[in-house]
Amino acid sequence: MTQKLIGMAPSRRAVLKGAGAGLLTAGFAAPVWSQAAPIKLGFQLHRTGIGAAYGRWYERTAQAALKVVNDAGGINGRPVEIVFEDDGTDPKRGAEVVEKLTSQHNCDLIFGPLFSHVVIGSAPRAGELKVPYLVCSEGFHVASGMLNRWTMQPGITDVRAQVSSMAPWVLANLGKKVTMVYPDYAFGHDHRDFFSAAVEAGGGEVIAKVAVPPTETSFTRYLPQIPNDTEVLYHVMVGPAVLTFVKELGEFYGLGAKPQIFGFIDSLEAVDIASPGLEFLEGTHFWEGHCRNQQADASEHEVAYRAAVGVDANGASVSDAKDVSTYAHMFSVWETLHVIKAGMEAAGYQGPADRQKFVEAVEAMTEMPESLAHVQGDKVFNGKTHQVFGHQFISKVEGGKLVKVHTTSIEDSIYPDAVDYMTQSF
Amino acid sequence: MPHSPLAEALRGGGWLGDTRAQMSFGPFLLLAVLEGTVMAAVLALTAVGLSLVFGVMRVVNVAHGELYMLGAVIAWFVTFYLPLPPAMGWLAALIIAPLLVAAIAALMDTLILKRLNYDPEATIVATIGLLYMLQQAALTFYGPDARPVVAPFQWRIQLPWFGYSGYKLFVVAAALAILLAVWLFMTRTKAGLVMRATQVDRETAQAFGINVDRVYAGTFALGGALAAAAAVLIVPIQQAHYLMGHDPLLLSFIVVIIGGLGSIRGTLVAALVIGLSDGIISMFFSPTLAKIIATLLVALVLVFRPQGLFGARA
Repeated sequence: MTQKLIGMAPSRRAVLKGAGAGLLTAGFAAPVWSQAAPIKLGFQLHRTGIGAAYGRWYERTAQAALKVVNDAGGINGRPVEIVFEDDGTDPKRGAEVVEKLTSQHNCDLIFGPLFSHVVIGSAPRAGELKVPYLVCSEGFHVASGMLNRWTMQPGITDVRAQVSSMAPWVLANLGKKVTMVYPDYAFGHDHRDFFSAAVEAGGGEVIAKVAVPPTETSFTRYLPQIPNDTEVLYHVMVGPAVLTFVKELGEFYGLGAKPQIFGFIDSLEAVDIASPGLEFLEGTHFWEGHCRNQQADASEHEVAYRAAVGVDANGASVSDAKDVSTYAHMFSVWETLHVIKAGMEAAGYQGPADRQKFVEAVEAMTEMPESLAHVQGDKVFNGKTHQVFGHQFISKVEGGKLVKVHTTSIEDSIYPDAVDYMTQSF
Repeated sequence: MPHSPLAEALRGGGWLGDTRAQMSFGPFLLLAVLEGTVMAAVLALTAVGLSLVFGVMRVVNVAHGELYMLGAVIAWFVTFYLPLPPAMGWLAALIIAPLLVAAIAALMDTLILKRLNYDPEATIVATIGLLYMLQQAALTFYGPDARPVVAPFQWRIQLPWFGYSGYKLFVVAAALAILLAVWLFMTRTKAGLVMRATQVDRETAQAFGINVDRVYAGTFALGGALAAAAAVLIVPIQQAHYLMGHDPLLLSFIVVIIGGLGSIRGTLVAALVIGLSDGIISMFFSPTLAKIIATLLVALVLVFRPQGLFGARA
């Protein structure tokens, strides 16, 4: 496991040099300790394991957001630093990382994990340690009430909200008979349960559900399970084999007759849409949490964010056009750090003793208008369910680019509260 | 209720009366057989390497899957850094990766396994250690990402019912060619004769002036090269990833145990059986069931025929 200190963190050599200089000057004048102690944020990072592509970009986004926050004076006038700790995208290690960031690094809070099985495995430890745990995970597990009062998701809409807000558009524009292909674990089950429910509510029908183990490396064998009368093929896949998945889908259907294809961009995150074998995606639709290709109507904040993180107009790294980002998800890291800043400032946060005040301050949040802090767009936070709600985008592949064709409203995504965390004790 | 593709297929074929037509039974079976054959071909290459090493050296190489992974990773480096068109770059990888992995394997043999006097328990522990070292080395120098290698050619076969990757069929042909070459090498060359002699009786071979150390290093290198060749064939279909060695290792062990440790013929037959049954069972029922049946087969073989289907009685 590695850790990286950034921002205001001194290296050991710098500390020794500083100490030496301090000793020298002590004879002449009292040393000046004007700099306040930094606020230390722990980042639970999927640097290795099946979430590594996300981890790489989550780290870059966190660094960029940190720079913006520090350049603007930090939090409560104090500089901020982030301690990154790799969890290997593994639930067991995730819980250990939560422990290490809290007890060894003395971080004020922890944020950043994405994969739902890791979040579900780690959040109970955060609850026991009574440390705020801000996840960037999309899963319904926060709002479902299965976690605890210390776990919140203020940076990204959950799957239930995403799929229920988009189902009406899919039914109206693509077809009524849907076959779903999804990874067989918590995140995929959220898709299965809530998209099916939304389809049925909208007068459509899910005619087949194809579950694929998340560690699978070969997919052709699952594809014959797609019934011939499928009108819409709904796909969502994760992990290092996503490129294989879409390629094999392309081999299976080719350029011949095929159903309408509606995919979650997860199936293609960190993958170049111009990869050989993906030509068949032309004309298909994707959900995007944030548009990978810079759209004509991109806001100034989004453009500034894109530049700060180092992403070009095609969604790839500015230094390497082949290094495609996880653009549809990583805004959540940026926004979560800004929520942390707002929450700590509202709570007058001084140190770990104020952790509860911080959680209460975030719970009190509601409207989050689009700004440099909320680059993906307007959001509404629900303090009871600890979940934020925002706009979703549906894009169509045109000429190898993802072009936005529909934006859902926030109201479309809201569902009845399943829990009231604010009534639970700390 | 679990979705049953078999029932669906039977209905689609008109056997259960229509409802929801999936692909009808014939094409469905064809696709299953194609997938199974591709798997069998790659499995045969990997497992033959493992089997050779055990047959000649009596070493259970737990790091075999990592040699496979190294092959894929080296293929990525070769195709990424050599300024060649995809087909040439891939061909270069098919030559360079097995050679490099063979060299690494030979080093593993002379630096570690030889010092342990090929003691069975010690070599298992040592290769477990090597497994982690190779995996972590790949993570350090190559990184945690899955990276694609472009296939040497893009050719898609459009059948009336579904499309299939032409490259996958090429993989089968190439694997067969490599296996044929191995067979010719073992049966028609002096080096192969020497290897077989060492396999039969190490001491007698030594008494006849055979340099057993060199035979062992060579065998280990050949096993590694075969794993690497399998990986170069598979890497345009999957991607190179530092954790990709796990599945091939497990399946190779299954194949080698069923076929009989050390028997090349048995390995090939078992690879075909496991590959095809995996392809067919996972398509008609579920991939998990295919794995369950393969593991059950291993248990049955161990109980009723511990030397494997074609293994010589120890």
